Amino acid sequence: MSNPQQLRYSKEHEWLSAAEDGVATVGITEFAANALGDVVYAQLPDVGSEVAAGETCGELESTKSVSDLYSPVSGEVVEINEDVVNDPSLVNSAPFEGGWLFKVRIAEEPADLLSADEYAAHTAG
Amino acid sequence: MSSSALRHTALDALHRSLGATMTDFAGWDMPLRYGSERDEHNAVRTKAGLFDLSHMGEITVTGPRAADLLNHALVGNIASVGVGRARYTMICREDGGILDDLIVYRLAESEFLVVANASNAQVVLDALTERAAGFDAEVRDDRDAYALIAVQGPESPGILASLTDADLEGLKYYAGLPGTVAGVPALIARTGYTGEDGFELFVKPEHAVELWQALAKAGEGVGLVPCGLSCRDTLRLEAGMPLYGHELSTSLTPFDAGLGRVVKFEKEGDFVGRAALAEAAERAAQNPPRVLVGLVAEGRRVPRAGYPVVAGGQVIGEVTSGAPSPTLGKPIAMAYVDAAHAAPGTPGVGVDIRGTHEPYEVVALPFYKRRK
Repeated sequence: MSNPQQLRYSKEHEWLSAAEDGVATVGITEFAANALGDVVYAQLPDVGSEVAAGETCGELESTKSVSDLYSPVSGEVVEINEDVVNDPSLVNSAPFEGGWLFKVRIAEEPADLLSADEYAAHTAG
Repeated sequence: MSSSALRHTALDALHRSLGATMTDFAGWDMPLRYGSERDEHNAVRTKAGLFDLSHMGEITVTGPRAADLLNHALVGNIASVGVGRARYTMICREDGGILDDLIVYRLAESEFLVVANASNAQVVLDALTERAAGFDAEVRDDRDAYALIAVQGPESPGILASLTDADLEGLKYYAGLPGTVAGVPALIARTGYTGEDGFELFVKPEHAVELWQALAKAGEGVGLVPCGLSCRDTLRLEAGMPLYGHELSTSLTPFDAGLGRVVKFEKEGDFVGRAALAEAAERAAQNPPRVLVGLVAEGRRVPRAGYPVVAGGQVIGEVTSGAPSPTLGKPIAMAYVDAAHAAPGTPGVGVDIRGTHEPYEVVALPFYKRRK
């Protein structure tokens, strides 16, 4: 699997797009989607809520398990992906595209986000 | 447990070449899924699926008094099982607690194949060995003697028929006969754990790869896909079949599990657990225990084993198994609930899902029944 070069990654397997006007898109990686199995329910943060880098902001439920969703950055949620709420399998079928989860107006971002190559090394173990 | 300590089936390399996601299951490294577990599930419901079940525990019981030994050791009337037939039964402790649920095949007048759950195989082997004292019968650990491959789903009779001369039409549900499949000697059993018609093939491990490949090829044109343990679990849940460690445990008697019918008090001779089970039966008749029911979610959140079932702010039961049901398109669960809330349609029942009470409908089991 290939991780898009233009994205940055958290060790908790979220990806973060480059910000436009201070707003970035967040999703989970293909690696994480594969590990979860078929995602059947996505509880995403409320629009307008504040999320904190590295903290839980929702949950993803698959056939076998429930996983916390972490935010890779701190900021305000400005939009959630209603398509994923209605059809959580988008997280599996298009994790880097139609399966994005939410958009956040970045207040602060941690210094330890990974590049695509660093993330690939992180998941290779 | 480290991965080096895991046991591998004869099909291990094949699973890896198919890209399976593997999982530790009762000390065995088993395929969890090959691709999407939902696709695998739907293939078994509509076409066919191929499973490696070599982790199951086979125990052979032979000898002039093999039937008497099993009648003594198990709660069922095994002596009444005809040659070529199979029986679902249980092995209980002296106090009536369920040690395991089993399928027993009568292969000959004095030869039986007992199939135990992987997680309980040693416990069952030890109990049978101990209970054999005084009987002219031999209990043999045959776990390494068999690989087990299941082909399940509406296309499975056609797939198998293309590879064997055995009389499949004459083979009833819960029956087994020796035969040859794809040139390989096999015990062909019409059993399974999916709610569909299907077969389980017990073969020597050295024949497993050859048989798997022949079945895969024979099923190519009709939609047969390899299936992992993940979809096996959702299939059995939809079919309302209990799973040891979830619906069954040593802290429950068969009567507490709603499966008192497997206990045959009328059979000849004493059997382990008889006194305690007679008491459990009486208790259940006078004061109904919690009842195993089906729950269907109105929302999308999935109940998991151990989650409390609630009504009117009170805990009235506990989820034993839960999963999103691919066939119903909604989360479903099996749960033990107080008898007062067990009737289908009982209003106001919910499941506490990590702090939120989600509404659920109480339904009769199973969730899914195939058309015959």
